[in-house]
Amino acid sequence: MTASDQPAISANHLVRRFGSFTAVNDVSFRVQKGEIFGFLGPNGSGKTTVIKMLTGLLPLSSGEATVQGIDVQADPESVRENIGYMSQNFSLYTDLTVTENLKFYGRIYGLSAERLRERMDAIIELNGLGPYLNRLSAQLSGGWKQRLALGCAMLHEPKLIFLDEPTAGIDPVARRQLWDLLFELSAHGITFFVTTHYMDEAERCSHVAYIYFGKVIADGTPDALRELPEVNPPGTYRVEISAPHVTSALRFARTVPGVRSSTIFGQSIHALIDDHLDLDHLRSQFLNNNVAVAEIRPLAPSLEDVFVELTYRHQAVQEAPRG
Amino acid sequence: MVNPFRGFGAVFYKETLHVRRDFATLFFSLIIPILQMFLLGFGIDTNVRQINTVVYNADGRRESRELLDRLRNSDTFHLYRFVNNDRDLNDAIISGKCRVGIKIPVDYSDKLLHNMSAQVLVLIDGSDSSVAGQAINVTTAIGLDESLRRVLATSDSAFAVDMRPKILFNPDSRSPNFFLPGLTAVLLLNVTTFLTAFSIVREKERGTLEQLFVTPVRPMGLLLGKLLPYLCIGFFELCMIVFAMRFIFSVPIHGNVLLLAFLSLPYIFVSLSLGILISSKATSQAHAMQLAFLTILPSIFFSGYIFPRETMPKFFYVLSYFVPASYFINITRGIILRGAGWSHLWVDGLALFLMGSFLLVTAARRFHNKVIMA
Repeated sequence: MTASDQPAISANHLVRRFGSFTAVNDVSFRVQKGEIFGFLGPNGSGKTTVIKMLTGLLPLSSGEATVQGIDVQADPESVRENIGYMSQNFSLYTDLTVTENLKFYGRIYGLSAERLRERMDAIIELNGLGPYLNRLSAQLSGGWKQRLALGCAMLHEPKLIFLDEPTAGIDPVARRQLWDLLFELSAHGITFFVTTHYMDEAERCSHVAYIYFGKVIADGTPDALRELPEVNPPGTYRVEISAPHVTSALRFARTVPGVRSSTIFGQSIHALIDDHLDLDHLRSQFLNNNVAVAEIRPLAPSLEDVFVELTYRHQAVQEAPRG
Repeated sequence: MVNPFRGFGAVFYKETLHVRRDFATLFFSLIIPILQMFLLGFGIDTNVRQINTVVYNADGRRESRELLDRLRNSDTFHLYRFVNNDRDLNDAIISGKCRVGIKIPVDYSDKLLHNMSAQVLVLIDGSDSSVAGQAINVTTAIGLDESLRRVLATSDSAFAVDMRPKILFNPDSRSPNFFLPGLTAVLLLNVTTFLTAFSIVREKERGTLEQLFVTPVRPMGLLLGKLLPYLCIGFFELCMIVFAMRFIFSVPIHGNVLLLAFLSLPYIFVSLSLGILISSKATSQAHAMQLAFLTILPSIFFSGYIFPRETMPKFFYVLSYFVPASYFINITRGIILRGAGWSHLWVDGLALFLMGSFLLVTAARRFHNKVIMA
């Protein structure tokens, strides 16, 4: 295998135990170079633990991982030289200016004065930080703080950047702009490992994994995940039902034979329907029982549907031996 | 090749920026010890003088009044109250109004005139040992002196033994001379321990420490980068304290000031390292403050600052060797009061340096493990 087609991250059977509690349970995945890898999961499911293991902050109980081709356990220092990391609270020094924050991180990575100047110019240009150079970072808005933090994380030109919930608590415009920036950088061959709670962000990733109580239960491109047989059981299809009174419509939908599962999504219901119950039939069920519906139409599963479905199945598997 | 001091320059650069940006706050934290020094330096007199004394003079004649005059002139007693019965005498002491009670019996003058031994009762409140000790010494001395004069008056011989005590180094027993060199050690410890402890715990609270651990910074580089700027600040604080001591409290410095300055560096180093060790344990600034306070009382009581180390029970005497302030108080008193030089004090300086290095390495290891275990 040549260096160029080596994956950016290769995690094989990662296990991390804290006493009797297994936080990360046999997690394996591969992130290819240039991907935007979305790592999703509920709080406490082990996302941060996996990041700590991959950045050499936490030893593995078993398994092995290479990051940028470097064995994490053998040489964590080299791993840290070659990655960027941005934590969810941006971790800037609020009493230092934008320039000073950048200079500090540049020096940490041991950039020469000349290279530091070059890189700072490039990053200021790319992130549009120009007008704020002498402002204390405490006075920046959330979006600008995040751009500065990202700038600090990529001063030393890492080919792989970890972003731990980069968009938590910032406004939608800044969120959109960050993603535009990530796409641009990714086109230049930089790999991103992003954790997030936002499903729309997950949809934008080129590769997604979902971790649930220490186990990866989904791993693939968003399109591939949407087509998983577990999510689209044979003999079923998905519909979106819009109704003026969603909650009463949901209550009714759950009593209709042939409706397998149903959840509220904003002003509509997403439901999984058996094939024998066609759309007209379904609509007449509602009308016959005086439940108002505006529209019923077929729908491709969203990533959220995928994760909900897989989580249910996973829970069922977990509980089966006990019952 | 891993450089164990990786990141030192960057952290040093950043830390000096923090200091410059928030110089006002820092300056106030440096002024407070000077204010404390003013309070203690002007307010505390370690010499026992003018003890409130109650007198029951049942005799009342010339001889008894002469004795009272001698007590008064010793400057030790303040004859504050005169009573006419034993009950009031006892009462004045129990109520705490007077520390010493003197009862001159009704036959005092008669006995003296008949060359018999006259007794004077001296009641002493033992609840403050330094007051009691001084009262015993002075009354006994006055009694002896009075007796000798009377004995000698009837013969021609001179004093057989004449003790001539001479106090070296602080002949006037000026309190500030004795008090302030020790206080320097305590004040310096207070300020510097908090400087590093807070600086690191603040980074923990903000999450920036976690960020640093994902960079190639090594624990030693981080800690030394934090320590060095504060070493300069601690040194500046020492200079302010010594300046105030010399020019405001007029404490003469008998030894070499440059030696004092030089030997203060390992002491500041120890207390900064102690602050760093505290920060490796503390999770919040309040927690760090509690831990730092834990170190302050032993530094005051087991360092010889107030009570001489030599009179401590064996266990505590050994313990006092582990209190950094012990060494530095020896250094300050040595240089300032006794004019001691390098040959007398290098051991203390070395001991401090070793303690500081030990604390720093321990802290670095703790941070290294914390990175791994966090």
